[in-house]
Amino acid sequence: MRYVDEFREPELIARTADEIRRLADPKRHYRFMEVCGGHTHSIYRFGLADLLPSNIELVHGPGCPVCVLPMGRIDDGLSMAEQPGVIFTAFGDMMRVPGTRGSPLEYKARGMDVRIVYSPSDALKLARGNPDKHVMFFAIGFETTAPSTALTLMRAKAQGIRNFSVFCNHVTIIPAIRAILDSPDMRIDAFIGPGHVSTVIGCRPYAWIANNEEKPIVVAGFEPLDVLQSIVMLLRQLKQNQNRVENQYQRAVPWEGNRAALKAMADVFELRPYFEWRGLGFISQSALRIRESYAEWDAERRFSVPGVRVTDPKAAQCGEVLKGVLKPAQCKLFGKECTPDQPVGALMVSSEGSCAAYYNYEHRKRQALTNLSLTA
Amino acid sequence: MCLAIPGKIVELLAEDRSLAVVDVLGVRRRVDLGLLQDDPPSTGDWVLIHVGFAMSKIGEADAQQQLRMLTELGENEAAVEEVRGYGLGVLEDTESQAGP
Repeated sequence: MRYVDEFREPELIARTADEIRRLADPKRHYRFMEVCGGHTHSIYRFGLADLLPSNIELVHGPGCPVCVLPMGRIDDGLSMAEQPGVIFTAFGDMMRVPGTRGSPLEYKARGMDVRIVYSPSDALKLARGNPDKHVMFFAIGFETTAPSTALTLMRAKAQGIRNFSVFCNHVTIIPAIRAILDSPDMRIDAFIGPGHVSTVIGCRPYAWIANNEEKPIVVAGFEPLDVLQSIVMLLRQLKQNQNRVENQYQRAVPWEGNRAALKAMADVFELRPYFEWRGLGFISQSALRIRESYAEWDAERRFSVPGVRVTDPKAAQCGEVLKGVLKPAQCKLFGKECTPDQPVGALMVSSEGSCAAYYNYEHRKRQALTNLSLTA
Repeated sequence: MCLAIPGKIVELLAEDRSLAVVDVLGVRRRVDLGLLQDDPPSTGDWVLIHVGFAMSKIGEADAQQQLRMLTELGENEAAVEEVRGYGLGVLEDTESQAGP
């Protein structure tokens, strides 16, 4: 159990938690989805569920870029690493994600030139410094990282750097939310909207959730108080039978988003007709690909890749967890075959994945409590 | 990747207005300002950084709060490691040493 005095602003936290209890109708069960993996991490790290009445359930959404990437795409990217003269670059989050024949780190151990970069511009710089090699950047992420990849491609073109390409796996958040709302086994009452995606896309793209789906959504920051305040805002809307888009995270999110970032994305990328998401299947117009005008820097056009769909290991239930149908600990492999040290599924790899977040905080805490009661 | 890193702009680079030196918990690296061209920041401003690019301007108090939260999330070391890793880094000298 988490006590409010452990927080930085215990009085504010206590007052907000009281307000939540006051607003929540005891005859109702609430299911709120936090779309973003950063929120999932924060909720487990701070034990925020302990501060909520038992009839408010937080459902973890699909907003972890590493987690939603199907294994076939990882295999495709790694097949490029096997080409002679190629330097494979990716963010650190990607390095332990299993493909059919191992993770990028295991490919590196087998002698492939696999390197971590922290920014797409570093991959471009690597290309500039290695003119006899080809540097491929495995791009992942929602709208938080897609503009940076776009700007990097614009710089590559402007500087005439031709030994550089991007394997584009950028996805967009709105179609994923739509897929969840369309899924027959999901019942969500309201959404905690992603904070940093919204610094780019702003709040307008969520209007259909309020207007057409009649669900409240509050774009939220990542601090404990932010998450709790956004729950207060959702409960107030539900109590008053309102469905609106609200912005709790005004200190970082302008209502209109970041127009320069949106323009860079529109100049370089276009929507794919469809894209496969782990757990959610094929979703139309849910991902970005590189426009014809940047074809020369498009790894998918430069390399022939297997392009094979690979199903997840049978026993792993990543898909159900990703959709919020199962809680992490309800997966048969959780904490047994699948741990952060030996991940079977991607949700156990990234700190934003709900399985890793649950394992690192809840599971360890519960184990410690069990051990205590055994020795007592 | 979803949690932004707050940094303070300590120098706008004269040779290229799209780059700035930021300070993140004492580590100074270059970041790209190209995505803030509609509302370019000045020296002393705080920005939220994702993967080497400044994505939005924020107030100083909010930036400090975000830094504290990264620490509480156990992400501060990863954040500093990420910033340290930005290869636009100190000077144009890092890639030749970066072996496989």
